[in-house]
Amino acid sequence: MKAYYFGTCVIDACFPQAGLAGIELLQRGDVQVIFPQEQSCCGQPAYNSGFPDEARKVARHQIKTFAKDYPIVVPSGSCAGVLKHQYPRLFAGQPEEEEVRRFSSRIYELSEFLIKVLNVRLEDRGEPIKVTWHSSCNALREMAIIPYAKALLRQLERVELVELQNERECCGFGGTFSVKQPAISAAMVSDKVDDIVQTGAARVLSTDCGCLLNISGALGYRDLKIPTQHLAEFILERTHGQN
Amino acid sequence: MAKTEDVAIFERNVAKALGDGQLRRNLRSAMATMSQRRRTLFADTEAFEQLRTLGQSIRRRALSQLPELLEQLEQRCTANGIQVHWAETAAEANAIVLDILRRHGATRVIKGKSMVSEEMHLNHFLEEQGIEALETDLGEYIIQLDGETPSHIIVPAIHKNKDQIAHLFHERIPDAPYTEVVEELNAIARGELREKFRTGDVGVSGVNFAVAETGTLCLVENEGNGRMCTTAPPVHIALMGLEKVVEKLQDVPPLLRLLTGSATGQPITTYFNMITSPRRSGELDGPHEVHLVILDNGRSGIYADPERRTTLQCIRCGACLNHCPIYTRLGGHAYGHVYPGPIGSILTPQLKGLDEAGVMATASTFCGACEEVCPVKIPFTEILRMLRNEAYARDESEHEVQGHGYRYTTVEALSWKSWALYNTSPALARIGAQMLSKFGQHLPMIGPLKEWTRVRTPPPFAPKTLHELAQQRGLDDDR
Repeated sequence: MKAYYFGTCVIDACFPQAGLAGIELLQRGDVQVIFPQEQSCCGQPAYNSGFPDEARKVARHQIKTFAKDYPIVVPSGSCAGVLKHQYPRLFAGQPEEEEVRRFSSRIYELSEFLIKVLNVRLEDRGEPIKVTWHSSCNALREMAIIPYAKALLRQLERVELVELQNERECCGFGGTFSVKQPAISAAMVSDKVDDIVQTGAARVLSTDCGCLLNISGALGYRDLKIPTQHLAEFILERTHGQN
Repeated sequence: MAKTEDVAIFERNVAKALGDGQLRRNLRSAMATMSQRRRTLFADTEAFEQLRTLGQSIRRRALSQLPELLEQLEQRCTANGIQVHWAETAAEANAIVLDILRRHGATRVIKGKSMVSEEMHLNHFLEEQGIEALETDLGEYIIQLDGETPSHIIVPAIHKNKDQIAHLFHERIPDAPYTEVVEELNAIARGELREKFRTGDVGVSGVNFAVAETGTLCLVENEGNGRMCTTAPPVHIALMGLEKVVEKLQDVPPLLRLLTGSATGQPITTYFNMITSPRRSGELDGPHEVHLVILDNGRSGIYADPERRTTLQCIRCGACLNHCPIYTRLGGHAYGHVYPGPIGSILTPQLKGLDEAGVMATASTFCGACEEVCPVKIPFTEILRMLRNEAYARDESEHEVQGHGYRYTTVEALSWKSWALYNTSPALARIGAQMLSKFGQHLPMIGPLKEWTRVRTPPPFAPKTLHELAQQRGLDDDR
């Protein structure tokens, strides 16, 4: 089968290896991955900052770029949430509303696609490791895909998951919020880092690189050597060599 | 970029709140307890979902016929002997209350908890008129002693712990011994309040639900002070926002369950008062006069816009505050307005105008925790996003929120236009991405990056973008 891959702007600029890992996992499931070079950002930064016209402009560009009737796989709950649930709102009452609805119905978050569509089975080939998990708010609530992500993680037999005390609490990223309300954002991410530290985990995993940009930045600033990693990259590392 | 005044004030408040370690500890422990209790009560998520869908439909049905229901409420109340007054502004409402007090020569008012009275700044107003207004809800009593306003709409003194209250009582209440024993603190307050209940000239209360069908005012409380205020003095004045009306008596039980469960995790409160008339002949107690003041104060403007109207579904349970990662770190005072937290952030800018309170709409990461717990399913994120749009919308405002466009600057508008151009021009984006890869680690630490790097390392721009890596791997480009 063919599927589009929407890499997201954060992954594109800062975490391309996470993006590639997602592509490899899809290819392993016999998906022919299409990566349109014209793709850019989902539009969320403007959409959440009071600039809907600019968000619409960028959204139209993605809709045009991902024109064919293939599923669109997104390695981020947050961007997937915008593409799937917010685009229809952004275009409500606009001439292209119907077209946008059809586009949005093709959106899948990566772990959702791996479980629901590909029904993947993973074999853990790594050493025992203790990890903790960060649920991005949009993955958790708007997309509700955390069960899929954790189902993948549970397939890895030698991975011990130690959950955060406040897993359902936001890390304080919020896109432009992190620089528009920097003091509140700093307090939130500081608490998130404390929560991570108390788990004693060797790594922090998530489906969302926006949150990981925030969390890894705060961990690094405090000189804490706990790596963060996108779930796709972690899975690829644990199952390397499989087809 | 020059900061608007609301932003500058909020930043100062935030810095102060975040610097107060005691406040953060008090809030965190209190909020954790309240949300734990709520979770236990609504453990059956499916049943809760059904109940809140019912709650939402009851509130929507009421709002869909708001003018008619208010008219019906007035008729029924009047027929029951309750005198109804309409106030368009807080000043009008204060004048109505003062007029009633003057007619009765009242100098001592005892008050049950009412957020509408806070909105009116009634205590301050009465004090200026030489009238004593005493808060009788324990939390309200505590903060009044300390000259503060509520920091939470349900638990007004939640920012204080037991030890702080022990000191306060000892310092401010004549002859009160110092004690940290909760029962003894309660006894001190009770002793003070009893005499006030006995000698109060007029009782003032809020209203949780007003039933149009029967002309009944419902009052939810835990301490019995509400019943004292509404029955002991010869005159009772009830204050309500005009959105508090519901259609039928049978609408009340589900809303009550949602309210108490969401607010404090209680299946029912200790007291639930239904006030339908003043004392009737032959009855031994109850006030001789009951007045209902119905306040607009900007609500009809919200009502007029179908998208904004959902704001008025609120039943003031405070669950959105208890679950908000921002409220639980700042407390209520930092917001700088009567209604804090998520509900305050959607309500206040609409009541007072964006130019005064627009910054509240930026105090959200859109994490959605408020929407998840809201017992009447208010679409918080949608309303916050609409308010952010309005803050920058000058002539093209879609919702005409007062003060729209107040935050517009050419610089910010231009930067978003450039952002849109960059993200719709693949050639430009390619060059930009390559520049970031090469020079991203050497960007000057100014503007957003300066804020980001206060507590974080800079973003790790990769040597090659995913676009480039995908091309290298020969991935199908669909062209």
